[in-house]
Amino acid sequence: MTYLTLSITLIFVLIPLVLSKTLHLGLEKDTIIATVRSIIQLLAVGYVLKFVFDSENMLYIFLMVGLMIFAATMNTRKKGKSIKGITWKVAATLIFVEVLTQSILLGFQIIPFSAQYVISISGMVIGNSMVLSILFLNRFTAEIEAHQEETELILSLGGTPKQAIHQQLISAIKASMIPTIESQKTMGLVQLPGMMSGQIIAGADPMQAVQFQLLIVFLLLTTAAVTSVCLGFLSYPSLFNQRMQLLKIES
Amino acid sequence: MTTTYLPALHFRHVSYTVNNQSILKNITGSFPEGKIITLVGPSGAGKTTLLKLCNGLISPTAGEIYIQDKTVSAYEPVQLRRDIGIVLQSTPMIKGTVFQNLALPLELQGKRLHKEAAYDILEDVGLEKDFLERETDSLSGGQRQKVSIARTLLNHSKILLLDEITSALDRTSLHEIEQLIIKINQKYGTTIIWITHNLEQAIAIGDYTWVLIDGQLIETGESSLLVSPTNPSVKRFVEGGVVTP
Repeated sequence: MTYLTLSITLIFVLIPLVLSKTLHLGLEKDTIIATVRSIIQLLAVGYVLKFVFDSENMLYIFLMVGLMIFAATMNTRKKGKSIKGITWKVAATLIFVEVLTQSILLGFQIIPFSAQYVISISGMVIGNSMVLSILFLNRFTAEIEAHQEETELILSLGGTPKQAIHQQLISAIKASMIPTIESQKTMGLVQLPGMMSGQIIAGADPMQAVQFQLLIVFLLLTTAAVTSVCLGFLSYPSLFNQRMQLLKIES
Repeated sequence: MTTTYLPALHFRHVSYTVNNQSILKNITGSFPEGKIITLVGPSGAGKTTLLKLCNGLISPTAGEIYIQDKTVSAYEPVQLRRDIGIVLQSTPMIKGTVFQNLALPLELQGKRLHKEAAYDILEDVGLEKDFLERETDSLSGGQRQKVSIARTLLNHSKILLLDEITSALDRTSLHEIEQLIIKINQKYGTTIIWITHNLEQAIAIGDYTWVLIDGQLIETGESSLLVSPTNPSVKRFVEGGVVTP
């Protein structure tokens, strides 16, 4: 694709801008900022990836993955600011998910240890884990607020914090995993996943593209489950003090 | 002549402040052991907060609460809450049936509630056996209060805290619950601390009374103090007038 062709694709930005202006949605500024940011960020990452792939230096792979985890943590922690120590809890979750998935992929030699594979798949794993963490934290804090009386009831009857928060924790874990499971049910029927479409457009054999997509689908299932469970079990103790009293949370 | 009682709970200079708002102010006093003590006072006096302090759901911001010689803060929280049971005014329920709610206190200890024991406790609070499989969503306010009481009773606490547990009951049910509370007190020697807005109930059922106004403990003594109060604030409260400490 030439830069001229790419610039023509800005028509797809123009359409929502016109709609926003006509219907007074007030989204013009945000749409322009989002567009400019995505252009700058993607072009920058494109150049960085080219440099990293060409250099074949392992250090750059770790730096790239570390940067992804840092950016994802900073973005996620805002959603759980009422939970004490949320920054390290999110970071620990993302690191654990990344280490677990890459260990399986590299350990069983499903992918080779090269920047091209590790960074691309890490991007998908960490990105997905970030979205899952945000969904989980949103739901978890909402559940706690909505069911504060039940939590207090169980504590008052001599239950432990884990017993008192169990139902809310399970609900939040399930709710955050459902979008991943549901989207995978209709995969190939309703939507063709971005990575697979990209490979096919780039001229890859569709069956090979499907194989890689299946790898990602399975990987994201583990990502979804491990992220929610890990973040859930790291987060809930912060909602109570040493006297097993429920602390006030602010959504 | 004043009667002396052994204290079940003793408050020493207890205060509770939240968001710079003083809910309880320097409370010092005792709840006599083995008695039915009513806690009366206008709305917003801090009565519910005081009960939650006893059960350890919250902690004082100043002062100490003693159970005999041991402070509440020295108790292991789970044991404290089993020894000092509370029936909350809002009658919260876990989603499910009456049986699932009644089984909760034992389940939290890894034990099972047998159906016969559940039937017995339902009978004690004046509910029929067929209530056991009813969903709690379908219960009336009064029925929820009865299930809440039954659930807390299954912990066999030494001290029982009751937060306006009869406010949604009809006259017959009210009488049944009053008799049940007297029975528990007499049979097991359980100390009962009972928040009520019903002064007739406080005089008839209670042995002892604490009067709380605007976070301050205004007067304590035998329930007869509510019949002919000498303290001007208590007198205004009993007569239904505007009350200040």
